[in-house]
Amino acid sequence: MSRMESLRKAYGEQLADSGANDQRIVTLEADLGKSTMSCLFQDKQPERYFQVGIAEQNMASIAAGLALTGKVAFINSFAVFATGRAYDQIRSSIAIPCLNVKICGSSAGLSDFGDGKTHQSIDDIALMRVLPNMTVLSPVDAVETKKMVEAMVDHDGPAYIRINRNDLPVLTDGNEPYYIGKMSRMRDGKDVVVFASGVMVSLALEAAELLESQGISIRVVNVSTIKPLDTKALASYCEGMKGVVTAEEHSIHCGLGSAIAEALGTSRLPITFLGINDTFGTSAKNYEELMERYGLTSEGIVKKVHEVLEA
Amino acid sequence: MAYEESVLKRLRRISAQLRLDILEMIPPGKVGHLGGSSSIADVVAALYFHHMRVNPKDVADPKRDRLVFSKGHAVLAQYAALVELGIVDRSELPKVKTLDGVLQGHPDMDKTPGIEAVTGSLGQGLSISVGMALALRLDGSDSRVYTVCGDGELSEGQIWEAAMAADVFKLDNITAIVDWNGIQATGCTAEIFLIGKLADKWHAFGWNVIEIDGHDMVSILNGLESAKAHKGQPSVLLAKTVKGKGFSFAEGKAAFHNAGLTEEQFALGREEMRKMLQEVDA
Repeated sequence: MSRMESLRKAYGEQLADSGANDQRIVTLEADLGKSTMSCLFQDKQPERYFQVGIAEQNMASIAAGLALTGKVAFINSFAVFATGRAYDQIRSSIAIPCLNVKICGSSAGLSDFGDGKTHQSIDDIALMRVLPNMTVLSPVDAVETKKMVEAMVDHDGPAYIRINRNDLPVLTDGNEPYYIGKMSRMRDGKDVVVFASGVMVSLALEAAELLESQGISIRVVNVSTIKPLDTKALASYCEGMKGVVTAEEHSIHCGLGSAIAEALGTSRLPITFLGINDTFGTSAKNYEELMERYGLTSEGIVKKVHEVLEA
Repeated sequence: MAYEESVLKRLRRISAQLRLDILEMIPPGKVGHLGGSSSIADVVAALYFHHMRVNPKDVADPKRDRLVFSKGHAVLAQYAALVELGIVDRSELPKVKTLDGVLQGHPDMDKTPGIEAVTGSLGQGLSISVGMALALRLDGSDSRVYTVCGDGELSEGQIWEAAMAADVFKLDNITAIVDWNGIQATGCTAEIFLIGKLADKWHAFGWNVIEIDGHDMVSILNGLESAKAHKGQPSVLLAKTVKGKGFSFAEGKAAFHNAGLTEEQFALGREEMRKMLQEVDA
């Protein structure tokens, strides 16, 4: 079992470290800094940390103004508010002029399990993915989160990072250079390829063990850049496979699965999608219980693999 | 403050020229925001041609003052100024809102030199200006940020979020100007959505409030100077204006918020502006 680490803490630590070396970096928060962990930046760089109060729309447009004046602005909130509440501000003030504003959507997916459907983001990838100029990132673990924050600073233009509230297994060692826009194979197999993002990658690796005992071998690919999608790698990972499965902690509509299906286009490979089936979330006593409720489990992936093989 | 007559005369001349340029962007067969562009034309003339630090040779000069049109639909007034400054070529005026032109329907910094941000979705420009003002202060710059809002636009909640932020951050390098023409897209602001006493509202949000006559050059210049001199809090100029100012057929009429002109109206508008230019020169 891999060790568990907090992606939020990794995000805050890297933001603070990057901020110490790069005076252009400014951070904005809408009263959730102790949760998003942007407070770690505040501790080190208080003069470049702006608490705007509970006003996500204002935060997004202020960040645009900072970026227009030479800064690299990180804005922080829960994923549902960072993207949905401030959607038009992100669209108009930030994405159209392709500004250096980096959006951190924290407590993404179902990971804010107790707070219920108003706080659970099943649509953040959809909202960000549809915007021209936007880059959409979904780190698999704490190590990749740090690499992504560094890459976001260097990336010219807006980028969205979705971060799980829960500690997740550390699956990468950070020794490989990280690039925005690449996907990586976490396990090889010969029957079905599973494209997964975020927490679903570790569940897919668990599924691979279960499937192996059934004589089925799956290739697991971590798609941590959902946009721009690495279509070349996508095609090569599909080669020789009998089917494709996508797995995401997001609505089955307009997220990772849709992106993969769009890219595969006229490919004749059968494909099945695991995600939240066109419904809002609900409160639960813990994250695991909630994930089980929506079938976002290793068994859920096993089922989708069987389905695609029977197609 | 007293201003030399030559300064005032020059600015009045520019105001008339800006209105003529605005008209040239709305020939018969096209529609455009005549009303809200002409109501703010005198303020724009004062800003670009007297008050603000402008470098027409380098629109990215970091020392420049910034003007953000939060009421982006009135950008025709800004386009006219950019033409008069030589930043945008005059040949662009008839090409406004066409595939071949650089002048978009709403402000687009990537298309039009001299435009500072993307605005048009109302309510966002003041927040963008707050961000600019914060960055300028971090950089130790003495450049200032000017933001034009519409009075109808003040219904947007984000304006008040930005107003609160400018107060909390004590941004005295920002001046907001409300083009208080009393008319929005579908009628009188007072009838559509009466938001009450503007001066009291801005004052309650922590702003230094200055009421001016938005068509009187001395009043405008004094207001801008007074805002610039005021330290420790942001300032707002509540500029009383007339929608469609200068065009007899459009003054005070909601119908000319975004409208097409007849051949007769267009000809009359030209005649009125030429007459105004002659009067200034006389």
